[in-house]
Amino acid sequence: MSEAIKTDVLIIGAGPCGLFAVFELGLLDMKVHLVDILDKIGGQCAELYPEKPIYDIPGIPFVTGQGLTDQLLEQIKPFGPSFHLNEMVESIEKIGDPLFRVKTDAGKEFEAKVVVISAGGGSFQPKRPPVPGIEAYEGTSVFYAVRKMEQFRDKNILIVGGGDSALDWTLNLHPIAKRITLLHRRDDFRAAPHSVEQMRTLVADGKMDLRIGQVTGLEGAEGQLSGAALKGNDNAMSTIACDTMLPFFGLTMKLGPVANWGVALENNLVPVDTAAFETNVSGIFAIGDINTYPGKLKLILSGFHEGALMAQKAHRYVYPDKRLVFQYTTSSSSLQKKLGVN
Amino acid sequence: MAKIHFIDHSGEKRTVEIENGATVMEGAIRNAIPGIEAECGGACACATCHVYVDEAWREKVGAPSPMEEDMLDFGFDVRPNSRLSCQIKVTDDLDGLVVSTPERQA
Repeated sequence: MSEAIKTDVLIIGAGPCGLFAVFELGLLDMKVHLVDILDKIGGQCAELYPEKPIYDIPGIPFVTGQGLTDQLLEQIKPFGPSFHLNEMVESIEKIGDPLFRVKTDAGKEFEAKVVVISAGGGSFQPKRPPVPGIEAYEGTSVFYAVRKMEQFRDKNILIVGGGDSALDWTLNLHPIAKRITLLHRRDDFRAAPHSVEQMRTLVADGKMDLRIGQVTGLEGAEGQLSGAALKGNDNAMSTIACDTMLPFFGLTMKLGPVANWGVALENNLVPVDTAAFETNVSGIFAIGDINTYPGKLKLILSGFHEGALMAQKAHRYVYPDKRLVFQYTTSSSSLQKKLGVN
Repeated sequence: MAKIHFIDHSGEKRTVEIENGATVMEGAIRNAIPGIEAECGGACACATCHVYVDEAWREKVGAPSPMEEDMLDFGFDVRPNSRLSCQIKVTDDLDGLVVSTPERQA
């Protein structure tokens, strides 16, 4: 274990609310690290609707999810936040008053005076297809991600899906696998046309198989897969022999390990007070879609407001001896200095 | 205004009135119809408002757009009559539409 990263504030979730919180915290001289399970910054805005319009950001009549993310990144640039992507926070332990030890699934460790949960709908995790009994094969024969390709050498692999993940892994694993079958519900793929073309060439050359239909059941014993039952679009049933299955059905939001972080939960949301958006644990705050309070609205603008108030209280934990004087960015030369505009 | 009938996986039927121009998903969410999640809020970005259109209504409702077809890849137990209810706009013509919800969304 490498040494813990020390920070004023650790933010869990790099969606719009987490990003804007960096701004409000930065104005008050607090340094921030952010952890996000996605491989990119922006949360739902970047993952679910990068190209879709948002019309209710004050002062911005129209912006896309990606556009908002880019603008927020530009806005917080002066504060130099550090991002830790592709990582999920597994545990939060209170070790001081307040001081928290936060560990991620990548083995990283942080020591933060304040923790801000801005995890939206929870963490994005791979969707599990509705195949009866699939749980019994997960981790032994069924995998939702490829971490080490070598693991799949000489395997008889069934890849399910029609997007880039399915096609990319079909092409990447093809040289080392014993045999690859790609299964999709229609003979039309949303993956990059170039990958689809490569796949079709391999099929035409007899080097892999393409099947159209949906998996309805699995065969095997003790976690070891031997085949998958397939229902074709003509409703005909058949079996595909395989010892490994890789389903790529996109991501879904799951609450994830929030339940293990020691904060109170109410219907999978984190209750907070409305003065500082602090949880039942002093020093742990929750802002954005993940929190709940009387009158809560799941709007990005509400999350921005919550971040601003959170920062005021966080300042007391990070700088217990400093008095906080409220200032406007419009007129305060010291705030403008921090923003690099003066 | 159109009456839209939702049949859930257990066969229970619920009927709601939805105004023209709104989507079948919006009507379902406003009336707390179980079986429709609409995680993304109607952006055609999640496939959690998946419904099966009753055979008698398939022609009137029409086929999914290519973008919707792509999203349907993420749905479960997708059938030829599958649609995303956020992409079905209500008109007078759809008065009486029957859709059923799958065993589960995402």
